[in-house]
Amino acid sequence: MNSFPIIRVITKLLIPYILLFGLYVQFHGDFGPGGGFQAGVIFAAALILYGLVYGLPAVHKVAPPKVIEKLTALGLLVYAGTGLACMLLGGNFLDYDVLNHGILTENHFLPEGQHLGIFLVELGVGITVTAVMTMIFYAFAGRERVTS
Amino acid sequence: MMDFIVIPILALLAATAVTVARIRNLWAAVMFTGIYSFLSASWMLILDAPDVAFTEAAVGAGITTILMLATLSLTPRRHRKSSRLSSEDFEERPSKSPVFPLLIVTITGCALVYGTFDMPHFGDPNAPIQVYPEPSFVEKSQPDMHGLPNVVTAVLASYRGYDTLGETAVIFTAGIAVLLILRKNTDDQGSSESQSVTGENA
Repeated sequence: MNSFPIIRVITKLLIPYILLFGLYVQFHGDFGPGGGFQAGVIFAAALILYGLVYGLPAVHKVAPPKVIEKLTALGLLVYAGTGLACMLLGGNFLDYDVLNHGILTENHFLPEGQHLGIFLVELGVGITVTAVMTMIFYAFAGRERVTS
Repeated sequence: MMDFIVIPILALLAATAVTVARIRNLWAAVMFTGIYSFLSASWMLILDAPDVAFTEAAVGAGITTILMLATLSLTPRRHRKSSRLSSEDFEERPSKSPVFPLLIVTITGCALVYGTFDMPHFGDPNAPIQVYPEPSFVEKSQPDMHGLPNVVTAVLASYRGYDTLGETAVIFTAGIAVLLILRKNTDDQGSSESQSVTGENA
């Protein structure tokens, strides 16, 4: 699709807003509808759109496959690591009540306890979903057509 | 008032489903599944489930459609390759007699409809789902959650954190599986135009 100037320009205009909306869904998911799954998919959709219009090499520059591969595991590790951190702090696995810290909590500047745990967990989900979706797209787009 | 929106959406859903089943142009069928996903997303929004609507619109209409199109472009096309929708795209009828399948579908449909008679009416305040956890999550989550107003997120990520951890692990595992099956050897990243097909790592 490299030769369609309208598609190229519109894509470049749209992608920042898609990414911004993905971040909004991710980090506002504690207040409005949304969360890690939805944000991850929206974020991945922006990357996939870029890949569709500008080609696989271009999107590989933005999100190198090696980094994406590691991010799939990183998200899950963030999730499980939050649970383990709760255990190290003396609670049960994924028992966010022990994450209370009492620093800068006025006006919810830093979230506390349950809220902080949910924030971290959703971040992990978002990272994994983004990475897996992008990786599956890479796997499909990187193959050549079977000659019949 | 809502019926003006609900009935057309449901009618369009049914029409789209029939079209997907009947159409023989695979590209058009994939696009129609995307349309189906968008319509169900609108329908879920009407049912006050914006989280699910988000997911349906992004996954069902967006990424699944793209992956299906990618698959189609990779596989040899056995069906007619007409880019325009015409009456020839609808195959007349399958060769076998449709009576027996129709009978099975009708009986199954009747059984399913019969099953819904036992379900609580939509929006019934006495339905088990509204009264089961006592006190309900809506009342519990405010004091529990240190100022997190979204009950859905609280249930997903905190009360049922194990479930969500499992779901994330499932996504991770699925991604790894797809990678193992589909990936070529991409050691020369950055210049994937000239990817070699030598499967050393496979």
